[in-house]
Amino acid sequence: MSRYWWLSVIALALVTTSASVFAIDTDRAFDDDKMQARYQRLIAEVRCITCQNQTIKDSNAPLANDLRAVIREQMKAGATDREIYAFLQQRYGDFALYKPPLSAKTALLWFSPLILMVIGGVAFYRTVAARGKFDVSVDGE
Amino acid sequence: MVRFLVPLGIFVALAAFFVIGLQKDPTLIPSPLLDQQLPAFSMQSLDDEPVPVDHTALAGRPTLLNVWGSWCYNCRVEHDFLMQLSRNDVIDIYGLNWNDAREDARGWLRQFGNPYVASGHDIDGRVAIDFGVYGAPETFLVDGNGTIVHKHIGPLSPDVWLADFVPRLAALDRAVSQ
Amino acid sequence: MIPELGQIALIIALALAALQGTLPLIGAHRGDTAMMSLAKPAALAQFGFVLIAFLILVNAFVTSDFSLQYVATNSNSQLPVMFRVAAVWGAHEGSMLLWILILAVWTSAVALRSRSLPLDISARVLGVLGLLSVGTLLFTLFTSNPFLRLQPAASDGVDLNPLLQDPALIIHPPMLYVGYVGLSVAFAFAIAAMLSGKLDRQWARWTRPWTTAAWVFLTLGISLGSWWAYYELGWGGWWFWDPVENASFMPWLAATALFHSLAVTESRGLFKSWTLLLAIMAFSLSLLGTFLVRSGILVSVHAFASDPARGYFILAFLLVVIGIALALYAWRAPSLDTQAGFEATSRETFLLLNNVLLVIAASLILIGTLYPLFVEALDLGKVSVGKDVFELVFIIPMLPLAFLIGVGMHTTWRTGNLAYVLRQFRWLIAVSLVAGIVVPFAVFGSNNVMTALGIIAAIWIMLASIGAPLKLVRGGTALTRSAVGMHLAHFGVGLFTLGATVVSSFGVEADRSISAGQPVTAAGYTFELRSLEEGQGPNYAFLKGVVDVTKDGKPVATLFPEKRRYQRQESLMTEAGIDGRIARDVFVALGDPLGNDAWSVRLQYKPLIRLIWLGTIVMALGGLLALSDRRYRVASAAKTRVTGAESTKRAETAAPGTA
Repeated sequence: MSRYWWLSVIALALVTTSASVFAIDTDRAFDDDKMQARYQRLIAEVRCITCQNQTIKDSNAPLANDLRAVIREQMKAGATDREIYAFLQQRYGDFALYKPPLSAKTALLWFSPLILMVIGGVAFYRTVAARGKFDVSVDGE
Repeated sequence: MVRFLVPLGIFVALAAFFVIGLQKDPTLIPSPLLDQQLPAFSMQSLDDEPVPVDHTALAGRPTLLNVWGSWCYNCRVEHDFLMQLSRNDVIDIYGLNWNDAREDARGWLRQFGNPYVASGHDIDGRVAIDFGVYGAPETFLVDGNGTIVHKHIGPLSPDVWLADFVPRLAALDRAVSQ
Repeated sequence: MIPELGQIALIIALALAALQGTLPLIGAHRGDTAMMSLAKPAALAQFGFVLIAFLILVNAFVTSDFSLQYVATNSNSQLPVMFRVAAVWGAHEGSMLLWILILAVWTSAVALRSRSLPLDISARVLGVLGLLSVGTLLFTLFTSNPFLRLQPAASDGVDLNPLLQDPALIIHPPMLYVGYVGLSVAFAFAIAAMLSGKLDRQWARWTRPWTTAAWVFLTLGISLGSWWAYYELGWGGWWFWDPVENASFMPWLAATALFHSLAVTESRGLFKSWTLLLAIMAFSLSLLGTFLVRSGILVSVHAFASDPARGYFILAFLLVVIGIALALYAWRAPSLDTQAGFEATSRETFLLLNNVLLVIAASLILIGTLYPLFVEALDLGKVSVGKDVFELVFIIPMLPLAFLIGVGMHTTWRTGNLAYVLRQFRWLIAVSLVAGIVVPFAVFGSNNVMTALGIIAAIWIMLASIGAPLKLVRGGTALTRSAVGMHLAHFGVGLFTLGATVVSSFGVEADRSISAGQPVTAAGYTFELRSLEEGQGPNYAFLKGVVDVTKDGKPVATLFPEKRRYQRQESLMTEAGIDGRIARDVFVALGDPLGNDAWSVRLQYKPLIRLIWLGTIVMALGGLLALSDRRYRVASAAKTRVTGAESTKRAETAAPGTA
């Protein structure tokens, strides 16, 4: 049962959008271009938690609307990105952020490119060095 | 030649994660608010003459805070059980009416019964956000000191109550009597 | 009665697949010609029965037989016939049947071309494919039977998910599956090689066209999905790094690495164990994708309705197939080492680098996709990994790769001529640099490091893939189709890179409210709502906006964004209005009514976005061209019959001893 309970939330989203509640922001939230760009970036990094796998930027769900409103307000009150993230994290955990902050549990994710590039680099170097020692005019079977 | 065993090793490790993963529900999100003081809030109740409902109302004894909405199918599913809890005076239940029009919410309570001591109307969804609510129904168990002891996501039922709430309430009782 | 025949056909197919998956393998092991010869007729017969079952399901949809549960939940009497057919693969059960059918088609194709293969190889390849059929057929019959009856029959169906009621979605899943499942052929060749204990250059020549063919379909399938998401979801994005998309992209990257590695194995007899591993990896990743999408283990935008029982079954299947393959690999691969060499500046080096970087890219996507699962399984809470993370980690191996393509394809086998290549192309390099640094300023008025790097790489790839063949042709060298195909495919990579870079750097997105007589402006275009028209489609009601787009007072286009309400499922769909030109798309999607006849709209300006899909089509054409190369059609058939007979003899004497 618990697997499907959120369907009711999605159903709500569909019902309310078909009525008169509007969803995606319809006008610029900020007059200032920089603030507007920052706002667009922030809402594209926050997960719409009721949805399947969408940002609050792309979602019509009521919770996404509410969260966008909160972010607008906090930005107007002068909150930094870090403070806004912290606000969401305190309430919804790391799950709310599509770009998880670097921590012990995300270290492997963030360092994965470095680790793999090093492993790949070493393997590449060793293979080329080893093959350089063989006769180039000979083919394998 | 150990290196030719590496792919198999990686795959076996992945498979172990998949076995564990299949036993978990990816849609359940644990609340970071557990064992924390409940957030301060203030809402107007759904009564004929609205009165403020705030965090102080939940102090002094274990209470439930139940997130609901008249649009929510599973709130209807758990409603009879909430009514039963309230009729038998098991625990004080407070409501957090989320994402709802006031009149719809009041109509729903009139039609199906009101299990709540009071139900706050969360007009702009801010209280729900402070509680990390991401769907309805959700139920918070709050102890006498205002600490969130447990959060249940999805409808309540006798089984859920016995498994997740009764032992915690008993522990709270013991702590108080000691 | 007819649907029951479908089920019986599937059971017969299962029996035939079991036959195909056992006797020929035993026969190959013992050198028993009669048993090996069973593979082909069993494979063709299996295909016949799967086809019967599939056609029965199609018929149930077309005739709206709502006594079948699967039809009742995924079709509707109002649904146009075209979509009824597509509804066959619109949900889990039917799409599994499609998967099985496609596997049977690939198997039959191998069987029909098996005359050019030694009997023991074709028997083993078909045997392995037969075992894969057994697994998928068991899965379908036991957990996902599309022929289950509904008692009593429904009077009408629930309808096909409206998101899927779209022409691109009719062909997207089949394309994608043909690609996914096609990788099973390379996988089966790899297992056959490991079972027989020998892998020579001829093996690579047999395997290569099958891999290329699967890759072509996979490329087009993914591209179609992206195109569909772009215009149907209404968000204006073309790639979201959702688990479902990643599930298709990882095997694509592995398959791309595989056919580059196969080139080395075919030409030089090198990288044998690596090629084997890639062949296993490519198909394993496509199975993994199936598991991720159908088990509900990850949260995704378009996952199938999940069922843990199915998850466990697929996982068990995965464990058997991939586990055995990798165990076999650990056992057999060490003996495949060869004594041939190459210089550090030769083509081999560049192909190795290509492989390393592609595999890193695929691994990074795998890590990102599964990271939430790792964290949750270790009880560390929950995390989300989104677009920004994927874009960042993906670019790290891909950017160097983009620059290396242009150099690598002009190097020669064995010994290097790197200095010569760079000298030859110094002008092309200069042009790319100028294009990347200056042109964005001239056209869009701004530039930054990542944009410049992307454009330089894109232009360099395109120029290099035109420049090199031109030089050869002028020098009097005839180009093989395989070579032209390679250059064409690389040109496609350049087009794609250019499109992706420009649209992500200079695309404009704006959410506005629009109402009649109140024009709004975005990215220099003015959008005016002329009217809103209501109407009725076959199974939906629609509201169509008529939006005039002008730029500097001159008319550009009239767009018709639609909002559709599918009655049966009570769901709303957005159909974007798009004016597509090669240089840019202008895009309007209707959001929601705001009262007072105003509507929210999402306006977009997407420069060069068409190059993304055009690039992938060109890549696929390159693959097709390479596939039509003489040596796969004529030479190999004649030649392999000779070498094939030889190796059969050797297999008969060698195989039992080594096994």
